[in-house]
Amino acid sequence: MTPISLPLTPETIEDLRAGEAVALSGELYVARDAAHARLIALLEAGQPLPFELRGAVVYYMGPTPTPPGAVIGACGPTTASRMDPFAPTLLAHGLAGMIGKGQRSAAVTEALVRHRGVYFYAYGGCGAFYASCVTSNRVVAFEDLGPEAIYRLVVRDFPVIVANDCHGGSAFYEPA
Amino acid sequence: MTRELDAGLLFEPLRDALLRINVELPEDVVRALTAAADRETGPAAREVLSTIVRNIGIAREKRLPLCQDTGMAWVWLRLGDDVRLTGEPAREVIHRAVEAAYAEGLFRKSVVADPLFPRVNTKTNLPPVLHVEFVPGDRVTVAVMTKGFGSENKSGLRMLLPTATPDDVLNAVIDIVRTAKGAPCPPTVIGVGLGGTMDAAALLSKKALVRELDDTHPRPEYAALERELLTRLNALGIGAGGLGGVTTCLGVKIASMPTHIAGLPVAVTVNCWADRKAVIEL
Repeated sequence: MTPISLPLTPETIEDLRAGEAVALSGELYVARDAAHARLIALLEAGQPLPFELRGAVVYYMGPTPTPPGAVIGACGPTTASRMDPFAPTLLAHGLAGMIGKGQRSAAVTEALVRHRGVYFYAYGGCGAFYASCVTSNRVVAFEDLGPEAIYRLVVRDFPVIVANDCHGGSAFYEPA
Repeated sequence: MTRELDAGLLFEPLRDALLRINVELPEDVVRALTAAADRETGPAAREVLSTIVRNIGIAREKRLPLCQDTGMAWVWLRLGDDVRLTGEPAREVIHRAVEAAYAEGLFRKSVVADPLFPRVNTKTNLPPVLHVEFVPGDRVTVAVMTKGFGSENKSGLRMLLPTATPDDVLNAVIDIVRTAKGAPCPPTVIGVGLGGTMDAAALLSKKALVRELDDTHPRPEYAALERELLTRLNALGIGAGGLGGVTTCLGVKIASMPTHIAGLPVAVTVNCWADRKAVIEL
């Protein structure tokens, strides 16, 4: 499994190929439905975002409550297509990568090629497994949203598969 | 002779079942996933399945939920004609058990108070979806599932013509699973409800999922239909995670009931590989 450091550099993104298994280490920003709606509203209002979008990787996830003494609860990916309406705008503003499960829309995969981004597939339902890859976890914005707030995670050897690369490649199987 | 049963006796077994199923899968489901990991030929799907098997071990060992989507609780209470529940109302006992399990288990509270107005979290995971059915006998049976919505969002319904053939029914189900692709966390378990009215078919598709994964339908025609459907769904090639593989579904369970001369409702509940369910009998 190829080790990949976060945030992503343009060179790293160009080298990634759909189907490749990689292990991510570094920082991720957790955001899902409600947080995406707010990020887009901030961009439309010309306001600054609560984290640096350039090179950032966003993880579509909503954890279970953190057990006492642990870093995070179960924290597997949620369905990425729900964020399809927001993803092209964020990619246009510098977002480099996304992590989730399931296929993306054509608009998103086209935006990945246009803006040189990548979508990683994380193992769906494997929340307990991913908890063991997270070394730090703090809220950075929208705390009122609870499990839908934006969190900054630091992960080590967080395994994913390159699902859609910046060259138009896809790891998903298209049933006939 | 009517049997009296204190409804409060439902609390502990129901709470404990909910605490268990979000952390530990039934043995038949674990066996099916392990077997699927062993025989998978797609390289990415093999990674997915071996990670699922590791995840099952970590969840059990660390007492963490298998998946962060610990679901909406679905409860099916079967009440014998010859039993009378006494004490606290059964509905309140069931609500208390769900609330207690989601608090004590540190499960994610994923229920909002209304689909639209207002869509705010109830912070208790209440209410559960509760169905009550009268059955012969003097037993009380409670079946429970914790239903994740990555898969629930891919469930569907078709109202077929009364002249539809078994093959038309198969094609309707296959179409729903094909459209779902990798989103519902395949390998999935598919519940199919046939007949009744639209709502009855939908409910049957949930009740069918309560069956053991490796059981056989008591009616040979339906047993054959389940086998053929499983073969054809796996032939779609969607595979674990949607990344291409030989196992798209772990099992297909059909439940049916009488219907109207003018129709053939077909409902499909898609469940993710984390097929979390338990049955309690009192």
